[in-house]
Amino acid sequence: MFAYISRRLAVSLLILLTVSFAVYVIFAFLPFDPAALTCGKNCNDPGIIEANRHRLGYDLPFFTQYFLFLKGLFFGRSFGEGAALINCPAPSLGYSFQQHACVTNLIGEALPVTFSLAIGAIVMWLALGIGLGILAARFRGRIVDQLSTIFVLIGTSLPTFLTGLLLMVFVVIRWHLIPFPSGNYTPFLENPFEWAQILFLPWLTLAFAYAALYTRFVRSSVIDTSNEDYIRTARAKGLSESVILGKHTLRAALAPIATMAGLDFAGLLGGAILTESVFNLPGLGRLAISAVVKYDLPIIVATTLLAAFIVVVMNLIVDILYAYIDPRVRVA
Amino acid sequence: MTLLKVENLSVDFPTPDGLVAAVHETSFEINPGETLAIVGESGSGKTVTNLALMGLIPLRTANVTGSAIFETHDGPVDLLAMNRNDLRKYRGKDMAMIFQDPMSSLHPFYTIGDQIIEAHQVHNKVDLKISEARTIELLEMVGIQGAATRLRSFPHQFSGGMRQRVMIAMALVNNPSLLIADEPTTALDVTVQAQIMKLLSDLQKELKMAMILITHDMGVVAGAADRVNVMYAGRIVESANVKDLYANPLMPYTQGLLASVPRMDRPHADRLSAIPGQPPSMIALPSGCSFNPRCSRKSEVGASKCESQMPNLTTRGHEHFARCFIGEGV
Ligand SMILES: Nc1ncnc2c1ncn2[C@@H]1O[C@H](COP(=O)(O)OP(=O)(O)OP(=O)(O)O)[C@@H](O)[C@H]1O
Ligand SMILES: [Mg+2]
Repeated sequence: MFAYISRRLAVSLLILLTVSFAVYVIFAFLPFDPAALTCGKNCNDPGIIEANRHRLGYDLPFFTQYFLFLKGLFFGRSFGEGAALINCPAPSLGYSFQQHACVTNLIGEALPVTFSLAIGAIVMWLALGIGLGILAARFRGRIVDQLSTIFVLIGTSLPTFLTGLLLMVFVVIRWHLIPFPSGNYTPFLENPFEWAQILFLPWLTLAFAYAALYTRFVRSSVIDTSNEDYIRTARAKGLSESVILGKHTLRAALAPIATMAGLDFAGLLGGAILTESVFNLPGLGRLAISAVVKYDLPIIVATTLLAAFIVVVMNLIVDILYAYIDPRVRVA
Repeated sequence: MTLLKVENLSVDFPTPDGLVAAVHETSFEINPGETLAIVGESGSGKTVTNLALMGLIPLRTANVTGSAIFETHDGPVDLLAMNRNDLRKYRGKDMAMIFQDPMSSLHPFYTIGDQIIEAHQVHNKVDLKISEARTIELLEMVGIQGAATRLRSFPHQFSGGMRQRVMIAMALVNNPSLLIADEPTTALDVTVQAQIMKLLSDLQKELKMAMILITHDMGVVAGAADRVNVMYAGRIVESANVKDLYANPLMPYTQGLLASVPRMDRPHADRLSAIPGQPPSMIALPSGCSFNPRCSRKSEVGASKCESQMPNLTTRGHEHFARCFIGEGV
């Protein structure tokens, strides 16, 4: 087990290094001049542009730039000199001239928002998707199953932004089921109640689409598993149907859900772009989109890398977790 | 005393293509300690017959009719009339079943110890320690070395033969009076097959339990069975004591099965003298005797009779029954 984890860890590190290099290459060779964009649209003075280019290190050779970036991650980095010295402590992901802030700080503000959004959504969709999936499998062909099919159909075909708007219009404005989520995002530690109130609709919006996918997956996984020979063995022992379902069928049927949920969660942490935009949440997705629009290179590179990092780390966690769930993986 | 008396057991599966009469009005008996072999080609209804007795055919997929009076620890019960929840008391306790494929019959996520202990715990309100001791005892009995530590191994850490031993241990943990073994050796290597068969018959003698042994290997039948039921297309076509059946097979299908057994006294090339043709489709059985399209002896009684009428299962000698017009009423 230890060997397995260390090997997976080494591979993950290698992947991260490769990804970071690839991201750097892609953005470094795009036909834009990042220095020209550092001082906004009204900036025509070539002197300022050249000065910024120098301060940000865009005048250095490519490999030096990449090396400085990596170095900044571990030791922090400063830009410019003298009175204009800007210091971004480790882990430094660069400096955004457009926002006048260290990228790490910007991400530090946006990540909790996205994390809050993702964690609430995943709890909702796992509860709904697994619950409904099991019910649909257990009562196959009956009314619950038919209702779940309709739910799956709607959930998988409605785009997220539409779900969000519909929920807003009906649940909040027409039916007054939830008070209008007033105000800005409030951190959990500041006021958990407000945090939940503001995030409730975004959670629901995100969870809706995923729950539909999970319902379909869980249903077919439970049905497939209940046709396995070892379930017949369990029944032949004289176990009750509830033990057979709870202990034998679900254990095997839900194991792949751990992997799926981990990866979907990782995907969301990289930024739930549409949901964040619809509900005006200052998360990573919005940070990334606004950076792309303004071609704010340091932020683009950082958010892309962060998303890759989250996916790789989550993959690692999921693999280790799966080895605990499925003993057959452990020996590998 | 009879241990199990099955009468007119039929199992029909309604399918989109039509009704599959997988088992049609079969009747047979088995005495305590006896071995009944059920033989027949693939699809003849051997497994379905026994799954029906165990109550393992999902009710919404099939119509199961008939009766099966079984002598249990609370006296005789009709396995087919009982509701599934009441049947649980006897499953795994009075009757147990082992399956064809030991690779897929054990849960991959639980240790074999947990799985056998669970089988003991369902039917015995005892401390886990006692169930564990019983499990170790059983594992040793089926020839698993170092049972006390192997208990904590997962199924994938065992070979096919070892897994079948585990399945046998699990089936025997509550001392059943009837063991149903559905082709217990088909999925195993030839050398392992013989070991498992020997283990089964040794255990059967030691524990004095009855066994229904499903197989399509007539060679296995000769060594292990007391009685034989030959099934064809969902019906019993011949039933006899094993000696009588080998000495005097009456139904051409049985004769064909016996001729396809490799024997020491016959040259190797003869091995494949199997019955020509394919088993019939269970949805569109041929009219008359189900076996008639493949029968080489129809002319002896007139082909038109075989093609239009289903012969009955009639007595031909001491405990010898056959479903064939040939030799009927002689
Ligand atoms: N759930 C089901 N739905 C429809 N038909 C079924 C079902 N289960 C079994 N059958 C049919 O019942 C017939 C008898 O099957 P059974 O499994 O008893 O054969 P078998 O004699 O055990 O064959 P084998 O030697 O291959 O194990 C087959 O034609 C099979 O297709
Ligand atoms: Mg079978």
